[in-house]
Amino acid sequence: MHPAYSVIFFTTSSGAGYGLLFLLAILGALGLLPAERWFGLAGFAIALGLISGGLLSSTFHLGHPERSWRAFSQWRSSWLSREGVLAVFTYVPSGVLAIGWIYFETTSSVWNLMAWLTAFFSVATVYSTAMIYASLKTIPQWHNGLVPPVFLFLALATGAVLLNFLMLAFGIWQAWAVMIAIAALLAALALKLKYWAFLNTRSREHTVESATGLKQFGNVRPLDPPHTAPNYLNKEMGYAIARRHSERLRRHVLTLCFITPALLLALILVLPGMFGLFAAGAAVIASATGVVIERWLLFADAEHVVNLYYGREAI
Amino acid sequence: MTTLPPATGKKLGLVIDLDICVGCHACAVSCKEWNTGGYSAPLSDIDAYGNDPHGPWLNRIHSFEAGDGTGGRTVHFPRSCLHCEEPDCVTVCPTGASYKRSEDGIVLVNPDTCIGCKLCSWACPYGAREYDQSHGVMKKCTLCVDRIYNDNLPEADRVPACVMACPTGARHFGDLGDPDSIVSKVVKEREGYDLLPELGYRPVNKYLPPRTREVDRSHAKPAGERPAQIDAVHAPTAVEKFFGWADRMLSD
Ligand code: SF4
Ligand code: SF4
Repeated sequence: MHPAYSVIFFTTSSGAGYGLLFLLAILGALGLLPAERWFGLAGFAIALGLISGGLLSSTFHLGHPERSWRAFSQWRSSWLSREGVLAVFTYVPSGVLAIGWIYFETTSSVWNLMAWLTAFFSVATVYSTAMIYASLKTIPQWHNGLVPPVFLFLALATGAVLLNFLMLAFGIWQAWAVMIAIAALLAALALKLKYWAFLNTRSREHTVESATGLKQFGNVRPLDPPHTAPNYLNKEMGYAIARRHSERLRRHVLTLCFITPALLLALILVLPGMFGLFAAGAAVIASATGVVIERWLLFADAEHVVNLYYGREAI
Repeated sequence: MTTLPPATGKKLGLVIDLDICVGCHACAVSCKEWNTGGYSAPLSDIDAYGNDPHGPWLNRIHSFEAGDGTGGRTVHFPRSCLHCEEPDCVTVCPTGASYKRSEDGIVLVNPDTCIGCKLCSWACPYGAREYDQSHGVMKKCTLCVDRIYNDNLPEADRVPACVMACPTGARHFGDLGDPDSIVSKVVKEREGYDLLPELGYRPVNKYLPPRTREVDRSHAKPAGERPAQIDAVHAPTAVEKFFGWADRMLSD
């Protein structure tokens, strides 16, 4: 699949935003984070900023952005519609929670309920983003049970790295924050390794013979193309990355998205304070770069069955 | 509404006979001509006479080779929307612009409500949906919904443009939900089949397989029994050997 930059930016940016929002809400509700004005302001501004920036960018690739309100109507059947509806729902409890945290400096009573609702809707929104891809039977690399947990844990991990940076910046950092981030990074890493192993070993069950129904004559191969220049299908779905490039990029994801942030965060345990802040900042940059490459690769590795009509033998 | 109708009254669709299609592209051209002025209008072409011409066509004609030797075939293969009974292209649509009609099963895109998110084209296994860059909406085969019910046309012309245009009669149109219709009978008789059946989209359109031909082998002789003069003709002369040598030297 052709990696569309607006979608890559949207899923990674909103993923990190929802990850941070989820952690703020849960840790705030549990009283582990101080209900302090400036920390709250920075936290919610970054989380909601990343989410809103992502949502906005996802409308850039639409043919008719002015009609996007219509996308809220088909939540009965469409994961894309559900994602839109849930994203809007999330603004309500998170907005109320932000007011309590920033204005009244409290996360108890009604704000506590709002915090749990925020956490729930954050998870639900990221899950429905993932399901847009995981529900497509036409793309075997996406249509499997590993895609939703990969999205969820990457959102949590990138959000947790951001949280560490914020806590250090406000001088309220505690060791458990690093533990949470490292645990989330390791969980995401394990899922991603499992996903790549699945890609390497899965059987290619859709064939050109099944696509044309001509198996009875023997092996099928294209003779004349239907058109002489690439059409929309070739441009949108014909993108294929060479195996060796894919493997090289997987190594970059491994180092940037997982290993570097985990090591940098572990360093904070030894050297908090000013150095820790720099380490956390570097971890944020590494994980952001890594997750963008990861998302790019998720598209580049994905093969659409329509390519069976354009020369691929099996997908 | 993008939830699917529980059942459709009719199942209108096409039956494509791969045995007689000659790959002339007349159906595709006729489709483009009708539909660029019909329900899906316009079908905008970009750089139409330049180096990178592109734009939506609702029907594409592939040619494949299948098998080898005397049993091998060239098969011309028209590909368009199959008006599936369980089309994910409809259920993924966030706006309701994509829908399946309950009365006849035709799958349509409403060009006035489509936001051009392209997700439906990702959900179609058959590459039946092409995005119109200038119009900003998705285009697909309408089964010529604006012909088949059109009282302004003579009755004989109330069929899809592709079916009208096909010079060999390789395309048939009818109700595949009615077991007594001509199309249903021909599908039964010729063992018409679904494309990519394992995906479960249950296409309404069917393809009729190319017939296996009887090959007359009575004149063929095993290689050892070839008349001697044939080999003599094929033995290279000194001049041919020289040119062969020169060719090898120059191309190395
Ligand atoms: S062929 Fe594709 S566009 Fe047509 S109904 Fe089936 S899934 Fe939808
Ligand atoms: S491109 Fe249009 S028809 Fe297709 S899913 Fe998006 S809104 Fe629906």
